[in-house]
Amino acid sequence: MIRSEQIEPCAAAEHSGAWARRHVLDIEDFSVPEIELVMQTTSAMKEILSRPLKKVPALRGKTVVTLFYEASTRTRGSFEMAAKHLSADVVNMTAQASSVTKGESLINTLNTIEAIGADIIIMRHPLSGAHYCAAPHVKANLVNAGDGWHAHPTQALLDLYTILNRKGRIAGLKVVIVGDVKHSRVAHSNIWCLTKMGANVVVCGPPTLLPEGLKTAQLLFPGIGVETNIEKAVKDADVVMELRLQKERMQSGLLPGLRDFIAGYQLDSKRLALTKPDSIVMHPGPVNEDVELAADVLHGGRSVVNDQVTNGVAVRMAILYLLAGSREQ
Amino acid sequence: MPSKVVITSDEMRRSIARMAHEIVERNKSTENLLLVGMRTRGVPLAKRLAANIATFEKIPVTVGALDFTLYRDDLNQRQPSVKGTDIPGTIDGKAVVLVDDVLFTGRSARAAMDALIDLGRPEVIQLAVLVDRGHRELPIRADYVGKNIPSSKDEDVQVKLAETDGMDEVRVASQE
Repeated sequence: MIRSEQIEPCAAAEHSGAWARRHVLDIEDFSVPEIELVMQTTSAMKEILSRPLKKVPALRGKTVVTLFYEASTRTRGSFEMAAKHLSADVVNMTAQASSVTKGESLINTLNTIEAIGADIIIMRHPLSGAHYCAAPHVKANLVNAGDGWHAHPTQALLDLYTILNRKGRIAGLKVVIVGDVKHSRVAHSNIWCLTKMGANVVVCGPPTLLPEGLKTAQLLFPGIGVETNIEKAVKDADVVMELRLQKERMQSGLLPGLRDFIAGYQLDSKRLALTKPDSIVMHPGPVNEDVELAADVLHGGRSVVNDQVTNGVAVRMAILYLLAGSREQ
Repeated sequence: MPSKVVITSDEMRRSIARMAHEIVERNKSTENLLLVGMRTRGVPLAKRLAANIATFEKIPVTVGALDFTLYRDDLNQRQPSVKGTDIPGTIDGKAVVLVDDVLFTGRSARAAMDALIDLGRPEVIQLAVLVDRGHRELPIRADYVGKNIPSSKDEDVQVKLAETDGMDEVRVASQE
């Protein structure tokens, strides 16, 4: 069966005229038609992933460079697979092995990569906003693969696709994001994306790990809920998204200890039972098994963690395809 | 822009019925037959051909939809949206009839054949079009033609189908 998943193409996305951007820096400035176009294109790309011959010639002759200033295996691998399925050539660069260690500035590094012949640059950087600083200086298309605590747009798009694929809709769903919301670019991009598409988002975590600006956030997103008690938060949820807990949060004194976090915020089968009977469990990975998610929940029937990884490749193929056609203004 | 009707709704119905007969005649049996519509307007045409064949032969014919956007040779100039391929079962060993509304330069047919071959190894690929307007830029010809419509290169052949446009009609419009 050669079949693309049925994500209904919407009127707004009939023409890729909905797409005018040269860079993907953030999800915040995406319009609803743009997001719908990405979803429709992702669905077509996912059909390619199901074929025995997983390659189409759309990006033949284009060069994609991944430039990672932070460790990553799955995001980089996912972008690399996506580019290769579209027949692009891929060059991987890490900051540790490049001239960055010799003191080259970010913009100079990007200009050098362009001079080598990059058409699309995928960058991860530890500083929030690094991509905004760099984008005006590059002619290549720039994709944000994560910047500090700020944004991880392709993760939000793949999470949206995964929910849409399982639930058939976004509007009106209760999506609970649990854990270290404050330091999570995944959470921030998901909040923007999901609220824009009409989901009711509830964030849940220990008070020290919730953003200080939540009052402001509630001005921006009147529907967003804030809850420090997980049992209350996940009640009747359609989607529970646990975030990765970074161990350094405990060293910095924001968490008393791992056991307190597990007792307060781990999604186990008892808490899962409070959600809707057809709820799904998500995690951006890598999972600390038995910390954010109990092992039986992670490997259970409600978990879509592996779907997220597969959908990530399809979403990135969609983004690369759409960017490759955008012209320099 | 002045335009004139070159195929009416009745003529279109008869052309499709004739093409359906020709497809059955040429392929001898319908068991191995797979009609694949080229997105966008090839898909409803493929469904109509299949419905005709099903009526004559009392056998359902499989229909699929092919999105060949990612195989186009002009992706550097434009970026059409991708709607996806949807073909039931395998195409290995099948007699595939590609269906499109207009055959013009032949570039779409080339892209569609490349897209198809990446999905498997059909026994044979044939091409059915509602309108052949000439001006080929590649060595490609159609096996089944609804109507040959000689046109000049700067004229516009507009196919309307009930499924996509609310009515059945083909017009030729000249640019002035």
